[in-house]
This record gives sequence, structure tokens and C-alpha cells, in this order.
Amino acid sequence: MSSSTAKITTTSVRKIMIVEESFDPLKTQADYQRESMSGKTDYGATANFVGTMRDFNEGDDVLSMTLEHYPAMTSKQLNEIVDQACSKWPIQNTLIVHRVGEIFPAESIVLVSVWSAHRNAAFDGCRYIMEALKHQAPFWKKEALIAGDTRWVAENTKGE
Amino acid sequence: MTIKVLYFASLREEIGRANDQFQFSEEQLLSLDVVQLWQHATGKTSFPEQLLVAINQEYKDQKALINDGDEVAFFPPVTGG
Repeated sequence: MSSSTAKITTTSVRKIMIVEESFDPLKTQADYQRESMSGKTDYGATANFVGTMRDFNEGDDVLSMTLEHYPAMTSKQLNEIVDQACSKWPIQNTLIVHRVGEIFPAESIVLVSVWSAHRNAAFDGCRYIMEALKHQAPFWKKEALIAGDTRWVAENTKGE
Repeated sequence: MTIKVLYFASLREEIGRANDQFQFSEEQLLSLDVVQLWQHATGKTSFPEQLLVAINQEYKDQKALINDGDEVAFFPPVTGG
């Protein structure tokens, strides 16, 4: 089946995980692929985006970060974002993993994985989901600076 | 007629609590919108430009009307990912 005739569906397979512990993004991705796509041979492209915590922001050294969310709305919004992506590209499967709680530099904050028959849908779908998550999913970051004070991140930048 | 109001992140810290529950009469709820609920809940007269609102976990604008049993959340711009 070519990408132009592949069925676009808003009920595609997906898994959304909000986790409180540090996670290994590529192991999580591989485990989920094994669990959800075993026996499948029609996917030819997988795009993964991993967001990692930096130790600097706005010119300051950051010690740690605390991520808060609105649980009931988070899963609803992320499901809607996946539905939107699935209505635009022939996506076969999606995995979103997002950390909450206290997080330290070099730990993964977010993983978005998208499986499709061809790379365009995988790349474009993954980027779309990540950008929409950044601007629609109800998560908030509070930074603890090396200098000793704390501050809320005011807003996410557009597609940088 | 009960309305639950939630506050998140910097707004929760500024207000000093995570949620409120308010009782309104049927008549009051006929025309209660988001801005009026914000003023009632926080005592603030202005509605911050960047403030986001969700009713029953769906984004809404400040003109949206409130219904009995709604869960209304106020929060600053989101910063996940």
C-alpha cells in the first residue's frame, strides 16, 4: 500500500504514559514496539523525538526542575493531538511518554514515537505531535536554579 | 448548582490554593461566563491576557458560559515537553 492510498484514521493505535520516574526513552520505545506491533510487517518508518533536560535556561544554571500537570486534561489533550495527527497523515502507531515530578539535567522529559509506512508521515506526524504538545498539553515547569531561587518557566518558544 | 474551580502552577501559588467550590443559584448560572467566574473566584477585576481556561478539560475562551457541575480550570501558558 502506498502512502497516498494508506487509510488515514483517527482511531489509530497509541499509548500515552505520564511517568513519575526517570525512563530510558529508547528502551521504552523498543518495549512498546515489541508489545504493540508484534507480527506486523507493514511499517517502514519510525520517527522518535526525545526531549532532554538542559542544565541552563535563559542564561542561568539550572539544578533541577519540577513538572506539574492537570491529569484529567493531559490525557484528553494528548489523545486529541494524536487524533489530529492521524487525520493529517497515515500513522499506524504513536507512543507519547512524558515525565512529571522532580527531574534533573540529562534526564528525558518527553518521548514521541510515530510509526508509519513511509518516512514523511513519521517525520511530519512526530513533529506535529511534539509542537502541539508544547503549546496545548497542560504541563508546567518550575526551575530550581544553582543560584538558589526557583522560577516558573513563562512560556514555550515556537518551534525552536 | 455547584461549580468546581482549579488553579495550576504559578497561578495556584499566587492565589494560595489549588481549588475552590462555589454554589450558584439557577438564575445566576443563566448568564455566568468565564470572566465573571474568574472575578468571583479570585476577587481580581482584570482578566490576564495570557490566562488560559478549560471547562471540563477542554480549552474555552473567556466568553464561554458556565453550566451546573462544570469543572473550570485557570492556568498560565503551558510549558511541557
